[in-house]
Parts: sequence; structure tokens; C-alpha cells
Amino acid sequence: MRFGRTLVLAVPWVWLVLFVMAPIVIVGAIALARPTEGIPPYLLGFSPDNLTLVLTDPLYRDALLLSLWVAGISTTACLLIGYPMALAIARSPETWRDTLLLAAMLPFWTGFLMRINAWIGLLADDGWINAALTWIGVGPLTLLYSNTAMYVGITYTYLPFMVLPLYAQLSRLDPTLLEAASDLGALPWRVFLRVTLPLSMPGIAAGCALVFIPTVGEYIIPELLGGPGAALIGRVLWGEFFSNRDWPTAAAVAVCLLVVLLVVPAAISWLVARGPGARAPDTGGARAPDTDGAGAPANPGRASPAPGRE
Amino acid sequence: MRRLFLLAVLAVLALPAGAQERVLNVFNWTDYTDPAALEAFTAETGIKVRYDVYDSLETLEARMLTGRSGYDIIVPTSEPTFSRLIRAKALQEIDRARVPNWKNLDPAMMRQVESSDPGNRFGAIYLWGTVGLGILPAKIKALAPDAPTDGWELLLKPENARRLKPCGITIMDSAIDVIPSVLHYLGKRPDSTEAADLAAVEKTLMAIRPYIRTFASSGAVEALAAGTTCLAMTYSGDVIQASARAAEAKRGVVVRYITPKQGAQVAFDMLAIPADAPNKDAALAFIDFMLRPAVMAGITNVTRYPNAVPASRATIRPELLADTNVFPTEAQMAGFFTPSAVPQAAERARTRMWARFKAGR
Repeated sequence: MRFGRTLVLAVPWVWLVLFVMAPIVIVGAIALARPTEGIPPYLLGFSPDNLTLVLTDPLYRDALLLSLWVAGISTTACLLIGYPMALAIARSPETWRDTLLLAAMLPFWTGFLMRINAWIGLLADDGWINAALTWIGVGPLTLLYSNTAMYVGITYTYLPFMVLPLYAQLSRLDPTLLEAASDLGALPWRVFLRVTLPLSMPGIAAGCALVFIPTVGEYIIPELLGGPGAALIGRVLWGEFFSNRDWPTAAAVAVCLLVVLLVVPAAISWLVARGPGARAPDTGGARAPDTDGAGAPANPGRASPAPGRE
Repeated sequence: MRRLFLLAVLAVLALPAGAQERVLNVFNWTDYTDPAALEAFTAETGIKVRYDVYDSLETLEARMLTGRSGYDIIVPTSEPTFSRLIRAKALQEIDRARVPNWKNLDPAMMRQVESSDPGNRFGAIYLWGTVGLGILPAKIKALAPDAPTDGWELLLKPENARRLKPCGITIMDSAIDVIPSVLHYLGKRPDSTEAADLAAVEKTLMAIRPYIRTFASSGAVEALAAGTTCLAMTYSGDVIQASARAAEAKRGVVVRYITPKQGAQVAFDMLAIPADAPNKDAALAFIDFMLRPAVMAGITNVTRYPNAVPASRATIRPELLADTNVFPTEAQMAGFFTPSAVPQAAERARTRMWARFKAGR
């Protein structure tokens, strides 16, 4: 019995050690190595040069700041588009929900590269979008290989990662809370701001993290759709590794990126832990009533499946 | 139970050996061979060819330097990649006794490669070409009628590049191939390691940076053929391929190659065998097969790159032989140069400059 339990637990541990920790240790070791000519092109050692270079050369700082900025804008765009989508799916009649949800996930069923290539066709100088713009007299505009194209590509690709956690959160929301708020005289927008939005905070946080973190290191979309000026950290890392054959510097960039990406989600989860949506489950109605009832009465409905709808 | 498991493992391991399928793993440039030649090789020797492609020397080097690439034949450019791979001990010596067709190679050309590979021990010339400009003459004429279309000024003079911005300018994404040409244009040594020379290159490139739409290596063929870029700095054969594709598409796009009058960087692409090639015998057989005049002629006819097997000229299409962009004249060739590899510190300075140039900062 004991043995079986250990065995089951060993599987995830072996996985974590082999595929999460070992690669990080190897990348860390290469970051401290010296570049050389040979196979592999570095000599292990303890040289701080690479990390110093990455931390002092403005090229990397600028690339990282630009990546965080691009990820921030893309995440905001995904949230602004994804939230209404998730809300609409969650509030739609039961019979429709699965179909709508399926539609949101449908893009996953084809290759990611094919979808980005389709965007190249749409955004090209003689593409469909420019044809339409020319027809209404606005275009043609240079869309492809620009920041616009890059944002369109990123938002399009990562939107489902925002919609799904939001939907999961919003569909669990107890409708009686909304009815109560309305009965007490709140206008629809007030109900949204005071009830729906605070209660969906964990979904927002999860969606934002799922979009933000991969976007920071995104390489393919900026490479295929973005302009050459979009020197995001993923492209800079690629350049160090492939163009410069400088594995130690590439590894040092990767280490810095990893540190930043650990700090940001930690900050998000810390904020969420303090936020209004997270405090509900344990305290129930015990919290101060002066917050006009938004977070406070929380979850009578969470334990039992939502009643009201039948 | 345990024995059964062992037997199963052994059976699985034994399968490939039992099948006795001989394979050859080739890693070559995109659009750089004659598919019929590969089929003929398989038909004749029974060796199956697994063919992978790369579109820049950077990609090839990254794969080779990781070790155990699994490839039997690679096609690195003489400088800097081929010579660097020799120094990194990533290539093995070619046993000439097993490549009888080695005698078909042009001795004068092979001598030119000796600066990278003394004694020609590690590679045979596959094809060669120059770095120059691909243009769509009609679009350039419309935007900049007075711009010269015979040299680097068309791209590297800001007043020309500025006017051509609307129709699209593409530069190959390779510091290795661009920087020596710009140094040469500026009258410096193409292998200069002087900081001042590199700064001059950076200044020249930065001045045209706002007018560049994309950095692409293999993409240039497609972009020129489709007419989405009107000026591309890239390899000669790629432009000539784009020209052929545009003609086939019959959409009225005409593509032309310019061998810069200032003298072009010539690149020899070498057939080489990685040190850890799993199928060395097949690799030697492949090199020997490729060096047959008829096979080489077929490859030149398809790729529109010249080769180094003079006897192949008998079966090369006459219009290719007459095209001085494919087979340059003696006078043109006198102005060609081959850059040599620079030390690692200078290399780093070059690639950092390239990163700044691409980012436009």
C-alpha cells in the first residue's frame, strides 16, 4: 500500500526533475560557461561575463521592456474581446453553450502555423483585407510586417486561452446573486461592476496569466507577422543562439527571462489573493455588510448547482 | 515476465537492422537540388535519401554545433561556415579514392577554396553563386527612374532606398552574408575587424534602415516572384529562381538579378560529411554521384546556380550558359571576392551591430 502510494507520487516527481528542473539547471550552467569553437560551442566554467553583458547592454533591457509592453497590450486586447465573449457564452441558453464553446476552441483543431500563414494571406498588400479597404476607398495600407499585424496575430492566437478560464468562472456564477442585486435596485451596469466583475476576478487572473506569460517569450508570431523593428526578447534570444552561435549569452537571456516571468505571476497571484473575488469561499457572509453586498453574501449557491434557471 | 519484456525490446531494436534499408540523410539549402538527381541516386544505389533543408548558414551551424546532427551530407558555404566547421572538428576528411569523379572538379576553382580548406581535404564544390540584388525593374523605374541599376548604390544610397520604400525592400537575415559586401562597397577589406570600419557599415545600413520592410532569407524568392518586394539583397541563384517562377506564373512580374559592378562576394557551397555521419559510405557514394557531369548539369538547369564541373556544360541549357548572372564573365569574376572568417570577438561585434540594425536602434 505504502509502496503503491510512493510509486504514484514518484511519477510526477520524476517528471518534474527530468523535464522541469534538469533543463533549468543545464541552461543555468551554460549561462555561466564561456563561448568557444567546437561541439558544443561552449566551455563550462563560472564566468559571470554573460549575465553581466545581458544585464548591462541596453539591447536586452529594451527587448525585455518591449516584450512586456507587447504582452501587456495583447493581454488587454484579449481581455476586452474575451470577456464579452465568455459572458455571452455563459449567459446563452443551455442548448447553445456547448456549440459556442466549441466555436471558440475550433481554431485549435488546425495547425498554429497554418493559421498564422492564413493571416499573412489576409494582411498582404494584395490580400483580402486590403482589397476590402481599397474598395471602400481607405487603402491599400501596408499591414503585413507591422506592429498591427503582430498584435492581430497574438490576440487571435491567445484569445481562447482568455475565454476558457473566464467562461469557467462566469458559468459557475450564481444567477440568484444578480437577481438579488437587480431586485435591490441596481442598474445592469452596476450589477456588472459590483457583482459579476468582482466574482470573475480569479478567471480574469487565470486568463491574463495564460495569455501574458507565453506572449512575453513569443517568437513565431513577431517573426512571421511583425516588422523587423519588433526586437522582442524571443527574437533576441534566437539571434544569440542561431546567428551568433553564442549559447552562453542565449542561456543568460533565458535565465533573465525566466526570473522576470516568475516575478510577474507571483505578483498577480499576490494581488488576486488580496482581491475581492478570492476572499469569498471561506468567510461566507461573515464579512462586513457595508460593501453593499457585492462580494459578501458570496457562495450559498456554489456548493449546490445553480438553481434558478429551470 | 522479465525475459519476455527483454525479448520484446530486443525485437524492436533489431527491426531496423533486419530491414536492411540503407539511407542517406542530406541537409541542404532550400530550392538547391534537382529532385530527379535524388531519385536517380536512389534508383541506382538503393539508398533512400532523407532530405532536409535550411535557409541560412546560421541554422546549419546551430544544428551542427549541437553535435549528433544525424546528417551524412551537409552543404556549408566555404566562408565562414565551412572553414569554421573544419576548425570545430565537425567535418571528416573525404577519402578521394572512393570519389573517382573528384577529377571532374575545376582545379582553378578548387584552388580558390583552399584558403578555407588547405589541400581540399574536407569538401567538394557543389554549386556557387554571388551575393547581389534582385530587382523588379518595372516597379523601380516607376518610383526612381534615374536610380542606377548596376550596383550597390540602388540599395545603399538612402536617396534611392527612400524612394523604393513603397514597393518593398528585403535584406537577407544574415550578418555573415551582408556585412562583408557592405565593407567591400565602402572600400574596406571584407574581413576587416577594425571597429571604425564596422561603425561605417552600421552608419551605412542605419541610413537605409527606415526603408527596409523585411529581413528574410528564403522568403526573398517568393516575395520577388509574387512582386511583393521590388528590391532584395540575396543570393544570385535565388533571384534567378524567382525570375523563372515569376515567368511561369504569367502575372506580368519580371525579376532581374544585378551582379554589383563594385564586385560581388562569391560563395562556394561545399559538399561535406559531418564527423559523426552515421552513413559514411552512402555519403561518399552520394558525392561521387553528384560530381558526374550529367547530374551536375541537371542540378544547374533546375537551380540556376553554376557548378564547378566544366564537363557538365555540354548538357546545360544554352540560355543559362549565356546568362552572365549565372555564369559570370572572366572580367566580372576578376572583381569577385571571398571573405574569410573573423575572430570570435570581431564576430560578436558584428552580430551585435546586426541586432541593433535589425531593431533599428
